[in-house]
Amino acid sequence: MAELYEGFTLCGLAAGQSRENSGLLGIEPGRDTDHVIVTGAGRTVTVYKVSDQKPLGSWAAKQGQAVTCPAVLHGQTGEYVAVHDSKVLRIWRDEDINFEKVFKATLSAAVSRIHALPSSEPLVLFQRGAVRQLDALLAAPQQAVEEVLSEEEVIRWSSCFLEAEQPLLLFSTEKSGECFLYLQKLSPNVLHKYNIGSEGKGVCPIGFTATLEDKCITLMCLYSNGCVYKLLVSLHPSVEGEQHLPKSLLMKLPVSEGVLHRAAIACLEEGHIAIVGAPPSASTGDRDFLCIWKTNFPTPQASKELPGGADGPLWCNAGKLYVTHGKVLTVLPYRCEKSSLAAALGKLKQTSTQGDVYKAFCLYWGCVGVSREEVEEVLEPFLSCSPVSPQFQLGLAHIAVELLKRCQADPGFYPQSVLARLAQTGRLSHSSCPGFLMLALEKHDYFLAQLCLQHFPDIPEAVICACLKAFLSVADADLAQVSVDLEGVSLVDGPGQSLEVVQNGFSPVLLEEDSCDVQLTPPKLDQSSSWTDMSLTCPLFLQYLQYLYVRSSGDVYTQLPGLRAPTMTQIMDWVSLLLDAHFAVLVMAPEAKGLLAQLHRFVRSQVRLYSELGKIQGTLQELGKIKKEQEIGLYSIEVIELF
Amino acid sequence: MMGEFKVHRVRFFDYMPSGIRCMAFNRKADRLALARLNGSVEIFNFSNNYFQEKVIPGSDSRSIEAICWVGCDRLFTAGLNREVVEYDLERLCPKYTLDAFGGPIWTAACNSAETHFAFGCEDGSVKLFEILPDKIQFERNLDRQKGRILSLSWHKSGTLIAAGSLDVIRVFDVKSGHSVQRILVDRGPAGTRNKDCVVWNVAFLSDYTIVSGDSAGKVQLWDANKGTLIKTHLVSKWDVLSLSVSENEDSIVAGTSEGTVIQFQLLSPTIGDAETQWIRTRTFKHHTHDVRAVTETKTSVVSGGLDTQLVICPLMDKVEVKSSESVLRKVIFPHRSLVSCAKKPSLLLFQFPDQLELWRLGGTDTVGKPGESLPVTRKPEKLLQLKRKGDDHICCSTISECGHWIAYSTVSSIRLYQIQCDNNNISISKVSKLPKVLRSAHQLQFSADSSKLFVASEQATIHVISLSRSECKHVHTFKPKSGSSAPVHLLAASADGQWLTSANRHCEINVYNLKKLKHHCMVPVYNSLPSAMAIHPETNNLLMAHADQQVFEFSIVDKQYTDWSRKLQKEGLHRCRSKWHTPITHITFNPSAPSQVMLHDTHMFCIIDQSLPLVDLKAQFYSRLTPKDMSETDRPSKNNAFKMCKKYQPLLHVNLLEDDWLVVVERPLIDIHSQLPAPVRQKKFGT
Repeated sequence: MAELYEGFTLCGLAAGQSRENSGLLGIEPGRDTDHVIVTGAGRTVTVYKVSDQKPLGSWAAKQGQAVTCPAVLHGQTGEYVAVHDSKVLRIWRDEDINFEKVFKATLSAAVSRIHALPSSEPLVLFQRGAVRQLDALLAAPQQAVEEVLSEEEVIRWSSCFLEAEQPLLLFSTEKSGECFLYLQKLSPNVLHKYNIGSEGKGVCPIGFTATLEDKCITLMCLYSNGCVYKLLVSLHPSVEGEQHLPKSLLMKLPVSEGVLHRAAIACLEEGHIAIVGAPPSASTGDRDFLCIWKTNFPTPQASKELPGGADGPLWCNAGKLYVTHGKVLTVLPYRCEKSSLAAALGKLKQTSTQGDVYKAFCLYWGCVGVSREEVEEVLEPFLSCSPVSPQFQLGLAHIAVELLKRCQADPGFYPQSVLARLAQTGRLSHSSCPGFLMLALEKHDYFLAQLCLQHFPDIPEAVICACLKAFLSVADADLAQVSVDLEGVSLVDGPGQSLEVVQNGFSPVLLEEDSCDVQLTPPKLDQSSSWTDMSLTCPLFLQYLQYLYVRSSGDVYTQLPGLRAPTMTQIMDWVSLLLDAHFAVLVMAPEAKGLLAQLHRFVRSQVRLYSELGKIQGTLQELGKIKKEQEIGLYSIEVIELF
Repeated sequence: MMGEFKVHRVRFFDYMPSGIRCMAFNRKADRLALARLNGSVEIFNFSNNYFQEKVIPGSDSRSIEAICWVGCDRLFTAGLNREVVEYDLERLCPKYTLDAFGGPIWTAACNSAETHFAFGCEDGSVKLFEILPDKIQFERNLDRQKGRILSLSWHKSGTLIAAGSLDVIRVFDVKSGHSVQRILVDRGPAGTRNKDCVVWNVAFLSDYTIVSGDSAGKVQLWDANKGTLIKTHLVSKWDVLSLSVSENEDSIVAGTSEGTVIQFQLLSPTIGDAETQWIRTRTFKHHTHDVRAVTETKTSVVSGGLDTQLVICPLMDKVEVKSSESVLRKVIFPHRSLVSCAKKPSLLLFQFPDQLELWRLGGTDTVGKPGESLPVTRKPEKLLQLKRKGDDHICCSTISECGHWIAYSTVSSIRLYQIQCDNNNISISKVSKLPKVLRSAHQLQFSADSSKLFVASEQATIHVISLSRSECKHVHTFKPKSGSSAPVHLLAASADGQWLTSANRHCEINVYNLKKLKHHCMVPVYNSLPSAMAIHPETNNLLMAHADQQVFEFSIVDKQYTDWSRKLQKEGLHRCRSKWHTPITHITFNPSAPSQVMLHDTHMFCIIDQSLPLVDLKAQFYSRLTPKDMSETDRPSKNNAFKMCKKYQPLLHVNLLEDDWLVVVERPLIDIHSQLPAPVRQKKFGT
């Protein structure tokens, strides 16, 4: 789970900037992780200490000049390098005060960007596609620079890497709707050109981000139709000449009007990406969001609405995202949790998720004295709204957690119907709101407990134990009032259907466009006729156990040590306990008939298998007996050593 | 080397427990009384870790068919020897017997007010006896019917009695004595029609339902008012032999010839429906033979039968998780020692109900390494087989340390024998003139130097008898300071002859000074019965094990618990053992290294070295789980205090002899099973 923390404003932006011009040329890393170099769209370059939100130094070009390329720090010399008026290179140090007096070199061609590398000479990318190392350029500033790009081909984006001490430069270009990618290697000077192809009329790439991993560059490209494509660029392509680069669809953002005009993408750690300018869900409209997504399952992990309009650019430096919106540059620290098996299974404890909308709700509930009715009233429209968006899922968990807190703090507060509605959405999981099921048990709310059992895919062993204990000790009279819908149990349908893969309680299936109408469990609150009057919780629980039984008997050998799934023996114990305690009740309940028959069939087949094993074991057992039997008569003398 | 022992592994003690015939659970006292086929009666204290608290020895002339509690502390049995017996639960013998004059008695039942007994007799009569404070008295007969009365049950009101007979159940009006209802019971399926259907059991419920269990394998429910059948449950191909209704009448358990116990519960078929039905729920299969007796406590189903074991099976829906109640218990062996050992001459005395056997252990010339079996060069020898006189079974016995004296007692007499053993000749002579004060003993013990015999009498006193070749003299009688009349069940004498301790069933442990012939002190009363005790030969500290698995050490000289005892409590020896539920039945010391204490129960014996620190007792225990798999260096230090052995099971006796010899007396269950008749139902392979 990724998280976005509370952000802060680093600086205001120059007034009068239009939305198309964010007011910033770029943000580059400073001398350590806490420093950044902010290059304004006008004439200023400012170095900030981020944690203090304080400028350490600022330099401005002369009136009439314009800085045209983001200033970078030369890692080896500690000098800043910038270009103004496309061709004039400036190099200075922290102690230089007057920008006019610093080193100046006029180049023969217009510079597109300078890329700094931590332990290597900065690379200068010219607008026509040529690349030079800074030191080589400074030796002869007026040297001739070749034209790599064809006419009307313009550089849209560039990035550089260091692979095996060799600098690399990757840049994309566009020429009349067609996109190309160039990979420039220095020493030896090799240039590869790729055609990315277009996505049809009017669809163009609007954002790029790339990472280098295992001698391969992963380029992620955001298109204006909301699709994020992944392209793999090999560092050692075998084929010469222009190549077509295949791309694979990574995810599709829910774009309401179908077209994104401006948005930015940035690659974060551990398979996360940040996207600004595209909403995390269609229902939230085109408001401006910063959202962290997980790429291996396209799920929104965290999001933040940025008032005043934010659609890029977006920079990422040292665990912080820099985004402009309104008239300010905001810094948002983030954290991307490493993907682990536990996380994948939804077993990691989830800390609170973000979401301002829900925060507001939660604050409201946090106030002591808000009655159950009021909470229901507030939540009703929320729960009635379109239930498919991922943001909704995030919010649900958050709401549930807050409600739990309130319930725990105030024993008299128990909004049963709201909790039931939350559980029925099928979007909650145990890991997203631990304590939910336990609360239900505490309150003897077996209806809610069984809803949880139905819908939570990741109930840990201890909680199952608690359920078991509760169900075994529950008075039948209490159960009489509990209605259970056995038809609606889709998660636990037996051996044929395995659980769908659920990521931290979110189902990836739900994010597919065409699955909007797929619901894990059709809410049936209103269809009272389909509810059986006489039902019990224990058939349902037995069904859950049977599901566990069938599942674990299937992979009894593949169970990973340390996985907190209940073991076969435990499941057997539970099933036996349940049958032991409620057998008569189960036999009498017509709903349980099919279930018992199914269980019986499975057990019978298992018994058949084990009886065969028994024969083998019986045969082999004799081997062990042979040794034992020979010595023990009515009397023997032995020597033993006690430890 | 410390920790290495040569072991006499003895399996020739042919101990055979007797089958269980009937039992009665006293809810107020939380005690179970059970009667065995040999006429003995045992009382188990359920609130004290199911300890076998009292044993009333059987008698050849007694045959018990029914057992009943009255109040908390009156116990009655009736049987085929025509007699009704009330027991003295302090002297542990019959208080009085009387003939019901109806021939063999098959069944007995007490009404709920506990004012009257009804006995069902061979001659077809139901006899009512009034229960008086110190006796029972014949009142009258109900109308006599044809056919023996095999089962009886009072209605709660006390106005009606249901009586099961052959093919018929009758309901009697107690006041008039007339039969008011006659219910015919179906015989079994075709082929068995010519065989009587024996109604082995009836139970009269408060709602006028009669439950019956019969020889055709049926449990049937009848309407007593209308005489109509409500429901039949066919539960066995053979007999339903026993039946029990829970206190609040919501559960019935039935035991069958097949060894199963079947539970029925009163449940409503639909939720919210007030109407309830008896529904067959659980089946327990813990027995191989006839389940002759079942009863239900609040938390468990208790059953016993011909396979001699008492099974206490927890009802998991009614027990607290992880308490001692949640464990299935099988009680097969008595919670006391039936073996005495003379260490020096390596003699073992085995106690059977009807005889004593004296054995000399064998020997070997060779030495060997741990794990080896040594060749037996001298075979063990049965020196003596001593049949008891009279009908009464032997209740206790002992052999002196030197091996020259043997004593045993029945409820009617004490016998003392002197044994001369010269090479291969053995001669035995009965000591004919015993002091008059000796009538019967609950426990016998010789002093360490064999000069005295201590007799725990049935009057809760301890007689000290001095022994010599020429005569036996009564020296002194110790009486408990508290004046308690509780029977003494354990005696221990110190090696130096100065101290004698006795433990009684009120958990009192008294220490007497034998030199001064006076009461020395009483060990602080601990609320669990002592199950074994011994006095340390050097320190004169008293070691006690209790029914709840606790072990204490008490300094007799200082009259207080020792530091070691406190440490042991802190480190929690009992936790290491808590997996087992049988009490420690014997404590002894290593003659070659007196700091080593040995204690054992049915499943293990352990040696604790008191000279070594008790630190990390638990860690040691766990690390010792697989000593064989560990290399020499990995093994836990040899200097740990606690050494345990589970190799020999089940254990009836373990003792430490001289020169690091151990004797273990094992009684494999398979040997017991092989002496039982073939079960009616054989377990088939793969089922």
